[in-house]
Amino acid sequence: MTAVVEQAFREHRGQVLAYLIGYLGDFDLAEEAAQEAFAIAAERWPREGTPANPSAWLAKTARNRAIDRIRRDRTLAEKTRLLSEPQTMEEGGEEPTIPDERLELLFTCCHPALALDAQVALTLRTLGGLRTEEIARAFLVAEPTMAKRLVRAKHKVKAAGIPFRVPPPDLLPDRLAAVLAVIYLIFNEGYGGRGELAAEAIRLGRALAELLPEEPEAYGLLALMLINDARRDARFRDGTVILLADQDRSLWDAEQIAAGRATLDRGLALGGRGPCVLQAAIASLHTEEPQDWRRLAALYGELARLTESPIVELNRAVAIAESGDPEAALALVDDLDLDSYHYLHATRAELLRRLGRPEEAHAAYDRALALVHSDAERRFLERRLAELRAAPEAKAQKKRECEAQ
Amino acid sequence: MKYMLLIHQGTTPTPRTPEEWGKLSEEEQNAVYADYQAINQTPGVTPGVQMETPETATTVRVEDGRTLTTDGPFVAVKEALGGYLFFEADDLDAAIELAARIPAARMGGAIEVRPVVE
Repeated sequence: MTAVVEQAFREHRGQVLAYLIGYLGDFDLAEEAAQEAFAIAAERWPREGTPANPSAWLAKTARNRAIDRIRRDRTLAEKTRLLSEPQTMEEGGEEPTIPDERLELLFTCCHPALALDAQVALTLRTLGGLRTEEIARAFLVAEPTMAKRLVRAKHKVKAAGIPFRVPPPDLLPDRLAAVLAVIYLIFNEGYGGRGELAAEAIRLGRALAELLPEEPEAYGLLALMLINDARRDARFRDGTVILLADQDRSLWDAEQIAAGRATLDRGLALGGRGPCVLQAAIASLHTEEPQDWRRLAALYGELARLTESPIVELNRAVAIAESGDPEAALALVDDLDLDSYHYLHATRAELLRRLGRPEEAHAAYDRALALVHSDAERRFLERRLAELRAAPEAKAQKKRECEAQ
Repeated sequence: MKYMLLIHQGTTPTPRTPEEWGKLSEEEQNAVYADYQAINQTPGVTPGVQMETPETATTVRVEDGRTLTTDGPFVAVKEALGGYLFFEADDLDAAIELAARIPAARMGGAIEVRPVVE
């Protein structure tokens, strides 16, 4: 492919494909037609020049190819929904612009009647433009498994009549939450190390914010991803996770953090107080120095009320302790129903240590160690426990030194 | 699109299980009747027939040409079909909305929405 066509592919593939899926009601037919159109562009554009409106040219060409195919193939004709109007668009002349139906496609791909892993795969395949083998690799699944998952999902969309539309207002909040969750899940898969997925999620998030310019949660999600992703290079050292407080801030992408904050401000200006906006506000505060723990505690509190998540409550407790009240933090932690979560016990241990209750701290570290799975975290806990054991001896040593003088 | 809505009663009380049914208040019982009536009158709905309880079912198999019968439904009693209806709708969202209005969906059962091949 020439550079121009390659660029058109990157920029317009999603929109062209969304238009074709909406028009044809068939993912496979749409994908094949889009591919054909890009191949024709690669052949013609260098010779005849790039059309004034590349996406409309591609959509029109693909649509005409698809209609030709349907005409040739009667069984296919019966399967597709259009066929009352099999008029090919006129070739040449001014192309009308095609509607941007990426949002409709996104809601179709993230429909709750599809399993979450199918939603993710379908979103990456259609809007992300990833190849099946790329998605399979990213999710550590064998390629035939991923191919089967995609085939099944595409078939269900069509056979079960999953609508191609932006949901009506009564369904929108739930459906939007599903879309946000899929994009964030893609981001977190990437955040764990597979960087290309994080970049893809940010692209999707940007498109969503563009398509829903009045929706604060879309800005919230984009801001959250931008700010977290900006710390990517500082998060690992020699394969070990580095806690935020110990990260080398010179490795942070300051420009991207600023972009994230500006995006967050747009969400806040629209009156957003949803889970994504709150998480972005928290992520933003965490990048400030010194951190405003009181505000963080308040934001975690607001988020906990929304999500009813005990893990968010645990984070609130940490913020309360950091803002100078470990006693209140401990009371909060002791109320949480998270007994099998190692981080709860590690937090308790740290609070008890600060409150001068080493024996209880010791027991809490033991409990955390019994529950922890990751080696990196285990080493971290063992080091804290060793420090706790060493502390009283160090004190006794000092006392002897004093007496000796 | 045409859908078949398969109603799985699960633990939903029905007039056919008088003991459990009697635990519902009169108001709740009337709501169940009213809901089913409203659903059957919804445009696009073709009501199914009423079915006796799954315990009255007989399951039939043929092995080596011999007809074998067993007492009870093919699946566990709790998972057995309790009723069905057909719904002609624009899309799956409309069918899901109708399914959610069927009393069994909120009273311990579940509705399976299946597209019908046309």
